[in-house]
Amino acid sequence: MVTLKDYQGGETAWCPGCGNFGILTAVKKALVELEISPHEVLMVSGIGQAGKLPHYMKCNLFNGLHGRTLPVATAAKLANHRLHVFAVGGDGDGYGEGGNHLIHTIRRNIGVKYLVHNNQIYGLTKGQASPTSDLGFVTKSTPRGVVSTPLNPIALALALGASFVARSFSGDVPHLVQMIKEAVNHRGFALIDILQPCVIFNHLNTFSWYRERVYKLGEGDYDATDGLAAFKKAQEWGERIPIGVFYKEERPALEELFPAIEDVPLVKQKIESRQFEKLIEEFM
Amino acid sequence: MVEFNFRVGGEAGQGIQTIGYILAKTLARGNMHVHASQDYESRIRGGHNFFHIRVSENPVYGTSEKVDLLIALNRETVDLHTKALTEKGVAVFDGEKTKIEKRDPSQFDVPFERLAVETSGNKIFANTVATGAALSLVKYDFDILSEVLTEIFRAKSKQVAEDNVKAAEAGYRYTEENFKGEVACELKPVEGPRRILINGNEAVALGAMAAGCKFMSGYPMTPSTGILQYMMNKSSDFNLVVEQAEDEIAALNMAIGASFTGVRAMTATSGGGFSLMVEAFSLAGMTETPVVVVLGQRPGPSTGFPTRTEQGELEFVIHTSHGEFARAILAPRDAEDAFYLMNKAFNIAERYQIPVVVLTDEYLADSYWTVDRFDFSKIVIDRGELLSEEEASKIKDYVRHKFTESGVSPRALPGYPGVLVVTDSDEHTEDGHITESAEIRVKMVQKRVWKTKGLEKEMVPLSYGPEKAGTVFLGWGSTYGAIREAVDLLNEEGFEVRMLHFNALWPFPTDAVIDALKGSEKRVMIESNATSQLARVLRAETGIQMTNKILRYDGRPITSNYIIQAFKMEVRA
Ligand SMILES: Cc1ncc(C[n+]2csc(CCOP(=O)(O)OP(=O)(O)O)c2C)c(N)n1
Ligand SMILES: [Mg+2]
Repeated sequence: MVTLKDYQGGETAWCPGCGNFGILTAVKKALVELEISPHEVLMVSGIGQAGKLPHYMKCNLFNGLHGRTLPVATAAKLANHRLHVFAVGGDGDGYGEGGNHLIHTIRRNIGVKYLVHNNQIYGLTKGQASPTSDLGFVTKSTPRGVVSTPLNPIALALALGASFVARSFSGDVPHLVQMIKEAVNHRGFALIDILQPCVIFNHLNTFSWYRERVYKLGEGDYDATDGLAAFKKAQEWGERIPIGVFYKEERPALEELFPAIEDVPLVKQKIESRQFEKLIEEFM
Repeated sequence: MVEFNFRVGGEAGQGIQTIGYILAKTLARGNMHVHASQDYESRIRGGHNFFHIRVSENPVYGTSEKVDLLIALNRETVDLHTKALTEKGVAVFDGEKTKIEKRDPSQFDVPFERLAVETSGNKIFANTVATGAALSLVKYDFDILSEVLTEIFRAKSKQVAEDNVKAAEAGYRYTEENFKGEVACELKPVEGPRRILINGNEAVALGAMAAGCKFMSGYPMTPSTGILQYMMNKSSDFNLVVEQAEDEIAALNMAIGASFTGVRAMTATSGGGFSLMVEAFSLAGMTETPVVVVLGQRPGPSTGFPTRTEQGELEFVIHTSHGEFARAILAPRDAEDAFYLMNKAFNIAERYQIPVVVLTDEYLADSYWTVDRFDFSKIVIDRGELLSEEEASKIKDYVRHKFTESGVSPRALPGYPGVLVVTDSDEHTEDGHITESAEIRVKMVQKRVWKTKGLEKEMVPLSYGPEKAGTVFLGWGSTYGAIREAVDLLNEEGFEVRMLHFNALWPFPTDAVIDALKGSEKRVMIESNATSQLARVLRAETGIQMTNKILRYDGRPITSNYIIQAFKMEVRA
């Protein structure tokens, strides 16, 4: 049996009261409830406060470059599709530096579960605007307030045909646990945009700011298989902020579409140089 | 017969490459030595392209400026290449389509299009008529051409194959009946062995696959696109995962991700794409993840001269990326060398857990050579310190970046029960977690920088020619054939010249080079670049200066003739 103790990591270097703690708790809880062992998990994380998360638990970890989690995670999943592969990073990492990868990873529908700690700020570099910073938000890099329209990750993912799009809130651990479990059980790519208060650099989008606004999608008669409704719902931000699964669709994951790995994971296949000898005939 | 040179010229889109390839393949089938190179523009239609085929009973190592038989698919080809014709050179063209006011005796008119329509019902077979005419001029065995055409076009349909054979025969017979002039020599098939005809990109791809590469991610860029395509086409039959990435940043990050998870992985690109890979290259260095990057050089800077050749990236790859870490750099001499060097590249990458660059260039990538069948018994897979699941399970408290005497740490893979594999692009402890410790930092730097110690002994350059010769020609990568030929020709003329050629450049084989250059009087560096990068590197690593340089940076390949002329004009003077 897998227990929380198996996932117990070392000391953290986050600020006291940081929204990241809730995410760490939820990730570990979800994995335990799913009965996944640490050695079956590969986390690929980026650079930023968010990217440190896997260091504070136990699992396989590739903590790569700022913005480049998704290509590494995609290839890792293709090399060994039996692993549970997660990508973890911040809003700057995923929606700024790594934007192009997000677009194409969604298109691929690879079985990677992507957790974005969206604190609407660049935390590690000490308080510059991020792609999701609200209009008018004064940061160290926007002394006159943000003037560029904030990126809407939910709408972006939906527009690209993502097969699983969810939002959660690090102040609601049970909800986040539920989202992670659904993502893991989903076939293909899953994006969970996680509202994560930054207690040091974001004094606008605080715990109480979010708490007053968030409401759960699953509680009404919301239909998460209706793409147009999802897109409309994705526009809601400000007075009320929906959390939950916006959209979900069943279709093959990328790793199911390569004949080479239909049965055995690539990493388990032997190197057989001699089989290529027959290709020589092409050149005769 | 010493040698014979064909040149096929026309516009992009006219099928120059197909005619050229069929000719080359037909000649190779006669067990002759063939070398073919391509000169093309960065466009899909129009412009001027040509395909040059050099054939001989003796080995041919590089291309030539001479033309014995010009197959002109348009007027421009006649205008541009007539001056390259040898004394008995002939230009063959379609006089009904190509208006040439003043004919000269070296020109032979074959109505390619009319014969194509008459025999096969469609002018698209005009090129095949031309191929038949060309081989008729040198009295080559028609049956071999027929066999090659059938093989190549059978894939489309039996009808297409038959139509091509008929068209070729029409050109062949027409020429037999109507050509009254003389060509430089006749070509006849010679006694075996049958060799393969392969280009640099195909050899790289096949070499990678034979070396156990199972994952390839790439983004199309000339001249390396062929590697991605070849592997993509074979992926279903040979269990490879090949993914076209959204950009080169993703391409190298993907290869690193696959390798970290345990499969041999590579990417291939050109200078522009490699520039985007720079940060990921250092990620491979920091996380000690083996990976192979094929960099097919083309002239820069920026988009540069996209379809042409240069050796402008040697210093770039030696210094690529921020920070200090070990890497290896190989530079194949030709297609045959490329096949075997890919095996070496993957072995080095895994033995030392480093990124390895294989430097090719457009000339090598696109040129064909006849070579002996590749010997697969020479392929040795050495995965270095890679642990099996069982071996890893016996290690108590496994850590990915363990300090060892060699600097290389045993490598477990994610997914092994009881083991966690942790690595970080940040400076990290032995267990792969982020650290701020000065003491660990120093040890980790030493590990990453010096773990390839001893590898330079496997990078020994090739010595060729009379040992005592005072003049040494030096070069690296794809200039091998041209330099070797120049050395042979100059020695025949009575000069004393030898060659020192590098197909492995980093870690730099300092001692071997100092040794090889002992007693040299003139040291002539020959490179396809403007600043003589290897001369600078060699001086930095050995203190030895070149006395002369022969450089070429007009985007065209260095030839033996180019070297000999420069030698006579500048070096000897
Ligand atoms: C290529 C590159 N550019 C810039 C940085 C500097 N950098 C580190 S983290 C970061 C942004 C962090 O913001 P985010 O991704 O939102 O993570 P957070 O710290 O807020 O969790 C930046 C710009 C870097 N490490 N690499
Ligand atoms: Mg952030």
